Amino acid sequence: MATINPTRMELTRFKKKLVTARRGHKLLKDKRDGLMREFLSMVRENMKIRKRVEAALNSSNQKFMFARSTMSEQEVKAALMASGEEITVEADYANIMSVDIPKFDYKTAAHGYSYGFAFTSGELDEAVESLSDLVDDMIKLSEIEEACRLMSKEIEKTRRRVNALEHVLIPQTEANIKYISMKLDENERSSQTRLMKVKDMMLEEAHHYKERANG
Amino acid sequence: MYKIAVVGDSDSIYGFASVGFDTYPARTESDALHKVKEIWSDYAIIYVTESCYEALTEEIDKKLTPLPVITPIPGVKNNTGIGVANVKKAVEVAVGSDIIFGNKE
Repeated sequence: MATINPTRMELTRFKKKLVTARRGHKLLKDKRDGLMREFLSMVRENMKIRKRVEAALNSSNQKFMFARSTMSEQEVKAALMASGEEITVEADYANIMSVDIPKFDYKTAAHGYSYGFAFTSGELDEAVESLSDLVDDMIKLSEIEEACRLMSKEIEKTRRRVNALEHVLIPQTEANIKYISMKLDENERSSQTRLMKVKDMMLEEAHHYKERANG
Repeated sequence: MYKIAVVGDSDSIYGFASVGFDTYPARTESDALHKVKEIWSDYAIIYVTESCYEALTEEIDKKLTPLPVITPIPGVKNNTGIGVANVKKAVEVAVGSDIIFGNKE
């Protein structure tokens, strides 16, 4: 234990520190529990969306394969490159238990098939359609996945803090308080006995009890 | 106003041009890393095929700004399943062990 001055001032200081630490501990614990509750429901949703997106993406990839098989690569790419489709995202943040999670709001311009139908196959149309249906889910997935990632980090951090307070700071402060109050009590007792002794000696000086007792 | 980008092998990503995403074909993992670093601040969301995602994990962990959000998506080949693994990892970090999804698959 580091050297502590066993003074009353130190004692009050430690007592204040203990109160603060306890309050912080309680708050952080509540934060952790709140985050955890939020996180668990969110991560389930995350998994659901991810599974859905992955399945849909795989089938859409397959559709593009089919499209490629009926058209030449150049034709497919030319058709898709020329697409006037544009998508813009507005990013905003929502605050969940002090974690800033992203919220995306997207807008698409020019909907529909931007390529001429003369040189493209029906398979391509299907593939493109399957993909444009997927955009909404994909953006949602990004949003929720980032949220889960950030929250899991925050939970870990909060848990560390809670543990540090609970297992290190609070017991240490308590021990210090105990040490100081013991020391102070001890000092008090020793000065008490000293005073009693001095008083005895002074009385002895004045009245000579011993000599009288001995006759 | 931000846009959305897709990075990965060109076979997996060229279709996204049709929905208005900007596509950045990358042949190798390090190529993908360069591309992503280049376009880092221009996009809100960058989708990366799973085969290229591995090379980026370090960059993503270092990321301090909230944007861009980088999300792995399955491509046509060399899928590593890192998307699902990431979700599980998040649970592991938060809870201590994966109690939700477990080893169900």
